[in-house]
Amino acid sequence: MYSVNDFVIRFANVNGTGSASANGIFAKSIFRLGVPIAPKNIFPSNIQGLPTWYEVRISEKGYLGRRDGIDIVVGVNPQTYADDIASIKSGGYFVYDNSKRLHDSFFREDIHFVGVPMMKLAMDNYTDSRKQQLFKNIIYLGAISALIDLDIEIVKETIAKTFARKPKLIVPNYEALEIGYNYTKENCNCPIDFRVRKSDKTGDSIVIDGNAATALGLVYGGATVGAWYPITPSTSVASSFEKYCHKLRVDKETGKNNFAIVQAEDELSAIGMVIGANWNGARAFTATSGPGVSLMNEFIGLAYFAEIPVTLINVQRGGPSTGMPTRSQQADIISSAYASHGDTKHVLLFPSNPTECFQFSALALDLADRLQTPVIVMSDLDLGMNEHMTAPFKWDETKAYDKGKVLNAEELDEIEVFGRYLDVDKDGITYRTIPGTHPTKGSYFTRGTSHNEYAKYSEAGDDYVKKVDRLLIKWETAKKLVPKPRFENAASKTPYGMLFFGTTNYAAYETLDLLGENGIQIDAMSIKAFPFTTEIFEFLENHERIFVIEQNRDAQMRSLIINEYNYDPKKLDSILHYDGTPITAHYISTSISKALNKSEKQSQAL
Amino acid sequence: MTFAKPKFRHPKSTKNKVGYLKSDYLGTVSTLCAGCGHDSISGAIVQACYELDIEPHKLAKLSGIGCSSKTPAYFLSNSHGFNSVHGRMPSIATGANLANKNLTYLGVSGDGDSASIGIGQFMHVIRRNLNMTYIVMNNGCYGLTKGQDSATADVGSINKTGMSNEYEPIDLAALALELGSSFVARSFSGDKTQLVPLIKAALSHPGFAFIDVISPCVTFNNNVGSTKSYDFVREHMEVTSSIDFVPHKDEITVDYQPGHRMDVELHDGSVLKLDKLAPNWNPFDRNSAIGQLQLAKSRNEVLTGLLFIDENTKDLHKKLNTVDVPLNTLNHTNLCPGQDALDKINDNLR
Ligand SMILES: Cc1ncc(C[n+]2csc(CCOP(=O)(O)OP(=O)(O)O)c2C)c(N)n1
Ligand code: SF4
Ligand SMILES: [Mg+2]
Repeated sequence: MYSVNDFVIRFANVNGTGSASANGIFAKSIFRLGVPIAPKNIFPSNIQGLPTWYEVRISEKGYLGRRDGIDIVVGVNPQTYADDIASIKSGGYFVYDNSKRLHDSFFREDIHFVGVPMMKLAMDNYTDSRKQQLFKNIIYLGAISALIDLDIEIVKETIAKTFARKPKLIVPNYEALEIGYNYTKENCNCPIDFRVRKSDKTGDSIVIDGNAATALGLVYGGATVGAWYPITPSTSVASSFEKYCHKLRVDKETGKNNFAIVQAEDELSAIGMVIGANWNGARAFTATSGPGVSLMNEFIGLAYFAEIPVTLINVQRGGPSTGMPTRSQQADIISSAYASHGDTKHVLLFPSNPTECFQFSALALDLADRLQTPVIVMSDLDLGMNEHMTAPFKWDETKAYDKGKVLNAEELDEIEVFGRYLDVDKDGITYRTIPGTHPTKGSYFTRGTSHNEYAKYSEAGDDYVKKVDRLLIKWETAKKLVPKPRFENAASKTPYGMLFFGTTNYAAYETLDLLGENGIQIDAMSIKAFPFTTEIFEFLENHERIFVIEQNRDAQMRSLIINEYNYDPKKLDSILHYDGTPITAHYISTSISKALNKSEKQSQAL
Repeated sequence: MTFAKPKFRHPKSTKNKVGYLKSDYLGTVSTLCAGCGHDSISGAIVQACYELDIEPHKLAKLSGIGCSSKTPAYFLSNSHGFNSVHGRMPSIATGANLANKNLTYLGVSGDGDSASIGIGQFMHVIRRNLNMTYIVMNNGCYGLTKGQDSATADVGSINKTGMSNEYEPIDLAALALELGSSFVARSFSGDKTQLVPLIKAALSHPGFAFIDVISPCVTFNNNVGSTKSYDFVREHMEVTSSIDFVPHKDEITVDYQPGHRMDVELHDGSVLKLDKLAPNWNPFDRNSAIGQLQLAKSRNEVLTGLLFIDENTKDLHKKLNTVDVPLNTLNHTNLCPGQDALDKINDNLR
């Protein structure tokens, strides 16, 4: 069972006990050792008292998807001992608090039990109960460091960095760390079979959660107005935006804000504010999750039809209804792509890691202005709320914001008649004006009712048809502007393809290696945006059998492909995962292997 | 259907201080029913904006959905307009105002739009004290969907089908007072002498200014027994004070008579002159205004005029401490922190 830099460790905690900080320091220390990490929070919809887990996959090879099977559980929550012990792979370890004796019924023959008296050590060293609670977390951090041979100096560095702004906390945390570390070194068999060792596989990567990256992208992309209503898992987009704005967007001379953030009364109002601000020439965004998007539907249709830029961040969670509010899914594909009544379709962007969250949220602001339409960034809970190892952020300083076709006063003077919805350039995108630009020219009446090219109310059928058909020309233009898919081709030509998007990327790329080991050749395509670009259709044309991998029940992306491309459904196999946990490479590769074996047997039988 | 109005110029028409004729403030020809109260309010808005010397392009007019919400098409053709979705004008106005604090925002709504589907947004825009004028054209019914009772219909008011309303009405002016609106007034579409100065004062007010204007629906709610009919309102109208609005550059010549008149100086130096003040009412005292409304209601009267004003109010931009220039004028040089800042952020994330 001996394994270096390749195992899964899980911390079983109680919500609200301050364990998050200790767990974060653990993951970050391993990252700083040069070993790739993929941490995941598994938490209930609750503030205090219920079980939470924090899982870290440690992978020298850089596999950042979730992996089934847990090698080590650090059990700090007696409520969940039974399940935690059952979850450990044979040969694995249960590291637990033996301040109280573990009942015999818990023991399993095939795993190791390592008792460390965490609470007792805390009580012996601290008198105040809050400190006992908090430092117990750092004590188990010391214990686990000793067990997996993690250099305590690295952990100390991480602590120092974590508490750089609160230096008073550094030394007490060192002390607690050493209490746990020394006790374990002296009393337990160290190190155990699962260990870490210094490596160089993290390069210049950073570690950040997707929502913070999204928020930073919005700051860099020039959003000045943010309107939102709290909902897991999107809330931290707004709170991070606020945090970054206070740091980066306060005018140095006046101390005044180059931004305005409003916590709206509901999602209907949040998107209304975004539409109003964008209509009036500011860059505005809102962030929500599925239930919020459902409420926003009426307004999304208005923005589509009246052609107003909107940047909407949808951090998806498990639906329908309140669904699984703290679990991850990709189940809002159809409801976002076709949000609202009537014939509507919207630009979607699918980031698959925080670096893309940063890029795509900034890009969304540009695309929304350029296309004068809603652009929805489709993140998910796994991406948004978990930290991910990801490439560092880069910004092209030579590029100004693309504000799209907005006429200023001089330009208005030059044209004879202004038609708000006149397709001058024949790309489906028309010129708009911002209120207050010109004393006599360019004003128009924005409305969700049908209108002619001069924005005049019209119930004439041909005006309406002309309008909605032009929106399809704009849709074609959008195909040229959205990010292209990313391909990973097999070593030799193959009739098989697999297609995926968003956080499925992690498991999907790992799958390629697993399938390769079994001699299965398959081409991979990661979709980055809707509408689908020509490259996507070429990929579909060039393969006979394509596995569409997604994290929902109804194969929504597959439906979208069939619907938008009139594509033969028989050629699209679905691999679906929707229990709320992130999909794994094991799940994908066994699904594909099984499917291919089956079809091989079928063809042999013929 | 809309068609171009013939543009003839009245011989006496004169340009205002910003060089516009009154006709420059008109909109397209109304498609509302002849005699609809809403059209009179549109007329009062035209009059107020012309007299206030507002440059039409510096005003944005916004509305929800309803006959009332259609009216922005019928005034101020040279202003940008936004006819949004039912009950959601306040959020559009909020976003628009956040983007550019330098325009004047005029929102128009109906009693269905504001007292039912949009009551949440109505209440919250008041709480935030958005700098805008908010006019509800209140006819006690849903005009556009053919006359259903609205939430402002009084108990016992009889609608066109002869049914009496059983549900308690929502008094939007009282609600606005309760929620901290910094300017609250009530008026009647049939009383332009009162309405025009009120609109002028509201447009000059540096915070949320609410005017509930009783505006009879001649087609569905002007029958005998309706408390929102022309006849009923004319017979039951009480006023807090007669009102006159004096723009800042005009000199005030009339003498001040204690007890009978009061001048309210607005932030831009203009003056609201209130005459024949109601007893026990003080326009700076929210409680006295709430009390007067209650009293009038118990007497089956409609109290009109200015109800409350707090002219030193702090609007949403002040609360949010935004920069002095409109946010929509900022570009990447002001907004993008650049690669150096990003490098530091990257470093902190390692
Ligand atoms: C979401 C939605 N629901 C219902 C309607 C239908 N509708 C249009 S106007 C209106 C009522 C308007 O009443 P009010 O605001 O009082 O305006 P009025 O016509 O009386 O001036 C309704 C219910 C709509 N447009 N949108
Ligand atoms: S139905 Fe009533 S509210 Fe609508 S336009 Fe006619 S009179 Fe006015
Ligand atoms: Mg009405």
